[in-house]
Amino acid sequence: MKNAVTARDISHSFGTNRVLNHITFVIPSGEIFGLLGPSGAGKTTLIKLLTGQLKQDSGYAELLGKDTKELSASDHGQIGIMMDSLGLYDRLSVYNNLAFYADIYRVSHNKIADILKGIGLYEARNTAVSKLSKGMKNRLSLARALMNDAGILFLDEPTSGLDPVTTREIHSILREQREKGKTIFLTTHNMFEAESLCDHIALLSEGSIVEYGTPADICRKYNHLNMLRVTLKGGEIISLENSSASALQMKEYLERNAVETIHSTEPTLETVFIELTGKGLD
Amino acid sequence: MHNIIAIFKKQLKDTLKNKTVLIQFVMFPVLTLVMNNTIKIDGMPENFFVNLFATMYIGMAPLTSIAAIVAEEKEQNTLRVLLMSNVKPREYLLGVGSYIWLACMLGALVICAAGSYTIHESIIFMIIMATGILVSLLIGLAIGAWSKTQMMATSISIPVMMIFSFLPMLSMFHTGIAKIAKFTYSEQVSMMLNQVSSLQLEVNNVVILIANIFLFTVLFSFAYKKCGLD
Ligand SMILES: Nc1ncnc2c1ncn2[C@@H]1O[C@H](COP(=O)(O)OP(=O)(O)OP(=O)(O)O)[C@@H](O)[C@H]1O
Ligand SMILES: [Mg+2]
Repeated sequence: MKNAVTARDISHSFGTNRVLNHITFVIPSGEIFGLLGPSGAGKTTLIKLLTGQLKQDSGYAELLGKDTKELSASDHGQIGIMMDSLGLYDRLSVYNNLAFYADIYRVSHNKIADILKGIGLYEARNTAVSKLSKGMKNRLSLARALMNDAGILFLDEPTSGLDPVTTREIHSILREQREKGKTIFLTTHNMFEAESLCDHIALLSEGSIVEYGTPADICRKYNHLNMLRVTLKGGEIISLENSSASALQMKEYLERNAVETIHSTEPTLETVFIELTGKGLD
Repeated sequence: MHNIIAIFKKQLKDTLKNKTVLIQFVMFPVLTLVMNNTIKIDGMPENFFVNLFATMYIGMAPLTSIAAIVAEEKEQNTLRVLLMSNVKPREYLLGVGSYIWLACMLGALVICAAGSYTIHESIIFMIIMATGILVSLLIGLAIGAWSKTQMMATSISIPVMMIFSFLPMLSMFHTGIAKIAKFTYSEQVSMMLNQVSSLQLEVNNVVILIANIFLFTVLFSFAYKKCGLD
């Protein structure tokens, strides 16, 4: 299938601050692609470059088959964006925020109620945005990004600061969108989100992609991080490599009947990230 | 056109909830109605309050409200998101600008109705108001484009609007001020408003007005080029 986004060797600086370094990746159509990285890694900057809000210093990026430096207003009508600063009209009601964008996108107002129901904001439709909780604002911003039924969505940390229940709701909305054939580019700090939701992920650290692949592949690749955690009956905790090298020692514990529990700690994206960068994701 | 109308509608809904902008639109029209009907001093020129408040209205309402609206949209990032839909900067400026222009024209109509004008005079009055409001909008847009936050827009637009709306009044009392004030659009507008019944435009009046429009258009373009709309 065609690629929805292509980025080739993109670099970008703000003044002397090099924020993105030789970024290369593609997003096949119909996928959820996750850009995972800690604060300041350059995630928002990359979204801005890919959506034509900023122009990269060097390299080439393509969206909808067009050079992102040359996107027009009507191209922007073909994408849905949820920015980190949500950009909602505080004094207007939930409904009127969407009604405005329905007008802009020339979409029937009848669609607003359906979208609001789908995203769980129908009851709050007459509430002013300034009175909404963080989670509700995020959902409203997502609803607006869905308004024009765009083929590709750019979502900058759609679930940051949300409770697990709301996060799960948003995930199910995103999966629904993927079912409909939409391509989704999202950024996140949250490795669980990346693992459970994304088809492919890229780990971004200080402006460079340090790993790229499916979450399962990445974890498998770093399986040397897989350890066995053995808790002995005395309460002592021992870490053993998950390999034949540990067999003798395991055997001994088992023969002594000294084992309380055994866990294998497969690598998570977080441990992979720490292995690669020496830093965590938060 | 479609987008401009959508922005116009949104702006209307928003103003009804935005007391600081709303009060700009209605304060002087209401003040004119009240003062004109309650205070009558012997020897006071006809339509004294009407002309006074009309000039102040022009200098204040369009300028401060559009500067505040544009700067707020930048500060809240609503403008950035809007420009990432299929809206062009020009459409946004026209949508907001035409909205404020019309809102102020409604206010001007009330002020005009408070005065004792014939239909012919009223038409001339409204044409002068329309021009003055337009120049003020240009100044306000320049301030809005320049400012990163609403706070910054307010702190610039207050002294600017004070100058333009009070100069005509001060120049009534001080000939030195009058000599300088002559070159501002607000003084020109004020002078024209004082003679709606027998308006005789001289070349220099028109030149000064056009020079004002030119100057503020250049200022706006500069602010827009420098800061854009984000
Ligand atoms: N407009 C700008 N001018 C100067 N520096 C900037 C600008 N925008 C971002 N930066 C810098 O670029 C770096 C990357 O910022 P960016 O917002 O892309 O990170 P991020 O990964 O989105 O972080 P977060 O998770 O906190 O949103 C940071 O060091 C930031 O200070
Ligand atoms: Mg960010």
